[in-house]
Amino acid sequence: MTNIERLQTLQRRIGEAAGDAVNASSIELGELTVDLNVDALHEICKKLLSGENFAFDTLIDVCGVDYLTYRQEAGEQWQKPRFAVVYHLLSTSRNQRLRLRVFVDESSPMVDSVIDIWKSADWFEREAFDLFGILFKGHPDLRRILTDYGFVGHPFRKDFPMSGHVEMRYDEEKGRVVYQPVSIEPRVLVPRVIREEGYGG
Amino acid sequence: MAELHNYTLNFGPQHPAAHGVLRLVLEMDGEVITRADPHIGLLHRATEKLAESKPYNQSIGYMDRLDYVSMMSNEHAYVLAIEKMLGVDVPLRAQYIRVMFDEITRILNHLLWLAGHGLDIGAMTMFLYCFREREDLMDVYEAVSGARLHATYYRPGGVYRDLPDRMPQYEASKWHNQKDVDRMNENRQGSLLDFIWDFTERFPAHVDEYETLLTDNRIWKQRTVDIGIVSPERAKNLGFTGPMLRGSGVEWDLRKKQPYEVYDRLDFDIPVGTNGDTYDRYLVRMEEFRQSNRIIRQCVEWLRNNHGAVMVEDHKIVPPNRESMKHDMEALIHHFKLFTEGFCVPEGQAYAAVEHPKGEFGIYLVSDGANKPYRVKIRAPGFAHLSALDEMSNGHMLADVVAIIGTQDIVFGEVDR
Repeated sequence: MTNIERLQTLQRRIGEAAGDAVNASSIELGELTVDLNVDALHEICKKLLSGENFAFDTLIDVCGVDYLTYRQEAGEQWQKPRFAVVYHLLSTSRNQRLRLRVFVDESSPMVDSVIDIWKSADWFEREAFDLFGILFKGHPDLRRILTDYGFVGHPFRKDFPMSGHVEMRYDEEKGRVVYQPVSIEPRVLVPRVIREEGYGG
Repeated sequence: MAELHNYTLNFGPQHPAAHGVLRLVLEMDGEVITRADPHIGLLHRATEKLAESKPYNQSIGYMDRLDYVSMMSNEHAYVLAIEKMLGVDVPLRAQYIRVMFDEITRILNHLLWLAGHGLDIGAMTMFLYCFREREDLMDVYEAVSGARLHATYYRPGGVYRDLPDRMPQYEASKWHNQKDVDRMNENRQGSLLDFIWDFTERFPAHVDEYETLLTDNRIWKQRTVDIGIVSPERAKNLGFTGPMLRGSGVEWDLRKKQPYEVYDRLDFDIPVGTNGDTYDRYLVRMEEFRQSNRIIRQCVEWLRNNHGAVMVEDHKIVPPNRESMKHDMEALIHHFKLFTEGFCVPEGQAYAAVEHPKGEFGIYLVSDGANKPYRVKIRAPGFAHLSALDEMSNGHMLADVVAIIGTQDIVFGEVDR
């Protein structure tokens, strides 16, 4: 069986196991992406780990994506919920990969934690919380991980400026380090453009 | 006086065995660890956010600075992800060059790991020996890209340029007279491939040398055997990849299981451990030295006999050569567009992973069709490994934490990103 045929089999099986919870699924560039309903994520992940035909024993990665400005340059507006949490799974016994995606709204960015299924989710979920402000229900220790102690905001959101909001310097008079509003002017060296297909011949 | 039970100990970020900037808060019962809480992020540079603000090609250099001891492997995952989305087929010679440099990088990384790991648990000599061999490989990096560390050599569509025909030579100075210099230049008379070939001739004997010092050394064994045991099931659940997973006895290597570039044409073996302890992971990495050496030799032989392009011809992605720019209007336009705007990648998403010296290094790329990535997520192996530090060090002594950090081969450039 070729890789694509194996993925199609997997796609069908996930469709059977998850039922209505699958919002969309596609095979592109030899990778299977399944968009799931956020409420069903935890239950399906359990099946993906223990199911004989799935056996996804390793959670390779969890990451957040902020779709706020997606295709803005082409004059389009993102229609789905703002945030996505993307899970990359790997089955070492069946040598197969799978990408799961759930979308969550800005008003309640809450996803069930999968830490009880794959322990490796621990830090990945903390990172997604830190950088995007996505909350993981059931995570025992959802602290910030990459940013500084006492950091305010979620820096990887698209509305968070590249240069941040505050900068830090040593104040000689006070004899300590102080925070102050940034003095850097944001600048763009190469503008972001979206070209139509076949641009330039 | 109140009786003391547990107390907390701050380990790092300035501790030399913390491998960079790890701040470890240890909860101890006497000298036994009951909880280890790594505080990371002291080297966080927001590489992923920076990449979102730059055309694709300008972020290759950032990839070098992730895991700064295995530079070209990081670049490899990044260019693979871009190539996957663009649908570019890389010339065969470029693929061999990439594989050769991936393996050189693996040796470079493992040498630094062995040096640091040895130094941490009391084998000072290792440090000096390993850096001796690293020097030659750094020269290889320098000869091919001009930089000893941050090479930026891989490009979407191939590699920046073909291998040089001549190695740079030492020159006489007030520290080295002509006789010294002649001796130092002895193996630099031929091309880069000759120099690499000469290295691969010598290297297995050096690995034997390291093994003589460590493998049966009683002190080394006392410090590593049965330290930080991870079962195969647990290793998978904790997200381990690379030597950490193979040390636990799982035969999983992307070079064999999901081959990329020309790994399926090369002959090499995958070492696995049995107990999943620090000593097994040491043995796995030592064997990887030999296997990488084998791969490099096969690549050198192929590269000597097969010539050709090292970049695709598509000037929408790859700049034209300078000569054609002087007389060809179209080449000039291509050059201008590439350097002022870059290339647009079709809308979609892709995940590309390579067998990095430390484990699976992956790039998840989301593109909305623009000349800059919409989102780049770097899946660093060290991040998953370090998150298991608590579990691995629980119940061990304080001194064993140092051995466990060493065996995890932590580099903060990739953990903090």
